[in-house]
Amino acid sequence: MNGLALNDAMLLGWALALPALATLAILRLDRWPNIREAVTLIASVLLFAVVMALTTRVLAGARPELHLASVAPGLTLALKIDPLGMLFAAVAATLWIVNSLYSIGYMRGNEEPRQTIFYACFAIAIFATMGLAFSGNLFTLFVFYEILSLSTYPLVTHKQTPAAMRAGRVYLLTLIGASMVLLLPAIVWTGLVAGTLDFRTGGILSGKLGDGALALLFALFVFGAAKAAVMPLHRWLPAAMVAPTPVSALLHAVAVVKAGVFTILKIAVSVFGIETLQTSGASEWLVYVAGFTIIAASVVALHADDLKRRLAYSTIGQLSYIVLAAALASPVAVIGAALHIAAHAVSKITLFFAAGSVYTAEHVTKISQMDGIGRRMPWTMGAFAIGALSMIGLPPTAGFLGKWFILDAATGAANWFAVSVIVVSTVLNAAYFLPILTRAFLRPANGPRQEAPLPMVIALTVTAAGTVLLFIFPSVPFRLASMIVGG
Amino acid sequence: MIATHLPVLLILAPLLGAVLAALSRNGFAAWLIALVASALTATFSLALLWRVQAEGVISYRLGGWAPELGIEYRIDAVNAFIVVLIGIVAFLTMIFARRSVLAPERIAWFYTMMLLCVAGLLGISVTGDAFNAFVFLEISSLSTYTLIALGRDRRALVAAYQYLIVGTIGATFYVIGVGLLYLITGTLNLGLIVERLGAIESSRALIVAEAFIVVGIGLKLALFPLHAWLPNAYAYAPSSAAVLLASTATKVAIYLLARFLFTVFGGHVDVGQVPLGSILIGLSLAAMFIPSAAAVFQNDIKRVLAFSSLGQIGYITLGLALANPTGLTGGLLHLFNHALMKGAAFMAIGAIVLRTGTAKLDELSGIGRTMPWTAGALTVAGLALIGVPGTSGFVSKYYLILGSMEAGLGWLAILIVASSLIAVLYVGRIVEVIWFREPALAAREASEAPGELLLPMLILAGVTIYFGLDAEWPAGLASAAAQALLGVAR
Repeated sequence: MNGLALNDAMLLGWALALPALATLAILRLDRWPNIREAVTLIASVLLFAVVMALTTRVLAGARPELHLASVAPGLTLALKIDPLGMLFAAVAATLWIVNSLYSIGYMRGNEEPRQTIFYACFAIAIFATMGLAFSGNLFTLFVFYEILSLSTYPLVTHKQTPAAMRAGRVYLLTLIGASMVLLLPAIVWTGLVAGTLDFRTGGILSGKLGDGALALLFALFVFGAAKAAVMPLHRWLPAAMVAPTPVSALLHAVAVVKAGVFTILKIAVSVFGIETLQTSGASEWLVYVAGFTIIAASVVALHADDLKRRLAYSTIGQLSYIVLAAALASPVAVIGAALHIAAHAVSKITLFFAAGSVYTAEHVTKISQMDGIGRRMPWTMGAFAIGALSMIGLPPTAGFLGKWFILDAATGAANWFAVSVIVVSTVLNAAYFLPILTRAFLRPANGPRQEAPLPMVIALTVTAAGTVLLFIFPSVPFRLASMIVGG
Repeated sequence: MIATHLPVLLILAPLLGAVLAALSRNGFAAWLIALVASALTATFSLALLWRVQAEGVISYRLGGWAPELGIEYRIDAVNAFIVVLIGIVAFLTMIFARRSVLAPERIAWFYTMMLLCVAGLLGISVTGDAFNAFVFLEISSLSTYTLIALGRDRRALVAAYQYLIVGTIGATFYVIGVGLLYLITGTLNLGLIVERLGAIESSRALIVAEAFIVVGIGLKLALFPLHAWLPNAYAYAPSSAAVLLASTATKVAIYLLARFLFTVFGGHVDVGQVPLGSILIGLSLAAMFIPSAAAVFQNDIKRVLAFSSLGQIGYITLGLALANPTGLTGGLLHLFNHALMKGAAFMAIGAIVLRTGTAKLDELSGIGRTMPWTAGALTVAGLALIGVPGTSGFVSKYYLILGSMEAGLGWLAILIVASSLIAVLYVGRIVEVIWFREPALAAREASEAPGELLLPMLILAGVTIYFGLDAEWPAGLASAAAQALLGVAR
């Protein structure tokens, strides 16, 4: 038994060490791009294997822990896996492989400069994501949260054009600013009130604060984790669209925004505890803020002609589904939220891959220029169609699952505002995704058949297949999600 | 042999180095002497710490004379901690000081003064004699006035003069206080003063002595509202002198204040009735908010850092005022951490001034693109000034918050967090300009700082992060020092 525990901790250590070592190797391989890319791919495959091994352990009931450093009494840098973090890490590690594959095609296809630093920062971002997902307390979570913000800044500003630098400024100032001004005080406050920063199922705050104070503290957390892009702290996300497409995929699917909603969900479950949230009503206000974000973002997306901008606002809306679920604070809602993290990740990465693929092959960025493009790039736009269906929440795609549970939770709580938000936003989602599909497939093509580079096509086909497979075989994410709420 | 004489060797190394540097008259030779002397000092300080940890309090009789007649150097967990800080920072500063931009005939004098200043600061720290502390205080102060006056800008002269006046008043107040203590107890040895105070009935003279000493040292450590001299002194002094002053000078004054507050006056009942703790909390809070807010509106980065220092001193004195083990540990740890982070910050701005000739924020747009390491060090130091988790500044503030809770002052914890938000503003402003603005002329023409500037700067920035993640060593030292201070009168 002892040997197994050691083994678990070692695996956990490797989940962080692999991307860290990959970063060092990538930085030294500036002159050998082929070996450099091989390092990225090998590291991502190894990380996937490690994370899968950890997943089986967690499903078997193990909760691996790893103590990294004692900072001060009661303040440790420590990792501890729980099912929610496991789910997030599994999604990120899986998508890192396809994203790397896609990056190689995209970066070479578009002859992007500064590729070494690009792959290095990418690996650091994965390192930070693993640390964040596995963090055992709020202090550790905060440290990795900030590393993630810092490591993605060079990626957002990769093109180094004035527009990219402006976007990077908005990006970093919003994310870091909110975390310093709101998230950090919230963490200190929690520590003072609860006497600990450790995550525990059922929370650490029950009975420690009045209802009003709880609501305020929850607000500090929700807006402090600006990566979740809850309005009004959402502008950094559309601004960051200037980055290369693999970076958008990283931001929207693999790591960044997921880190935001993961943080909120984790705090709802393991700091407040869903029962405390439920009985105190500390999250009731958030139903309305998240609902507003969902509808407003969908309306903006409806009017956006730039494809990536439309996708960005779609992300803002989809993220707030997860926030809405956290606000509903019931076991069913949490399951829905966790499933939606996985579903949105795999679908949105498909959509961005397709957008980048269209850009690489045709240099098309506007929806109005996409007439007949589905006939010329059937694989790309076929994948896009699957991703779009998943965004709307139609079976047989993964997006249906999470949405179904969240809707179930909303009706279960008789929260008719939340129910109507979900219904209206589904209609809006259809209204801004379906015209793209009709334009791409029904209008006549104005050129020969021409797909994007092969690695990109492979990547987006894989993720599109994943979007469908996740619907058909949801057992692993579903079991992890049920374990979060003790099922 | 060497081991027994460590306390005096610690002072002799920089003192003799100063003499040699003055005689050498050659800039490079003087620098080499200063480097060797400070390396020796750093080694001795570490050896001394090691001895204190192994053997406990060390009492060293200068010239073999017993305390009543002679001078005693007395080193315990408190000053061993301070001495190590000075030794290491002084050594790193000397590496950095290689590129001081001064007229050639002045360079040797510059290193002489730097060494004298270090000798004076170390002397204040190790001595167990109230008057001897005054002598060393004057050695460090006089050399500091000279150092500031060596600044390139003519305003340096005004700044030096301003500090000369204030510093002299402070030293005079201190010596008046010591004189009163001598009248009461008939001795200058701190240990004997403490012993004899116990036997003294209520004495108004004692309260007056305390008032003079606290105000006198308060001037030296720039305790709010006695701080007006500091921003100009830091802003116009030569860069490497600013590093030394910002990281060590005020810290030693704080040490002296702690020594008097806890060891000398702490045990005496009458003095306890003066609500010094509450007064000090009030002044610390004022320092944490008012000068920090002023820092937000400065354009010269050196002045931003100087005003920030005033605020950070407030956190340290807050730790002293809390006077419980956790709070005092926090204060002393912040003293240590702040010395390192502010050293890194002043080194970074020194390197920027060397490469661009300006420290004005509006002229330094985009400097991060041409001097990424330097700007990175400045950013790390800035994050530590805010108290971001993962940097040392968070750990010390965390102890302070715990200490406030222990003292039953929850509102203080809130104010500590609130005041940190001001640091977000002034650090955020710098970070925004140096990284996110289009490079201005100064930035386009600059190149990365030379290696001898980068090395000590990056070491300090590196330990600022390291001690934010693994604070066992500095926190252990600070907590041992806090316990020694609170262990009531010896």
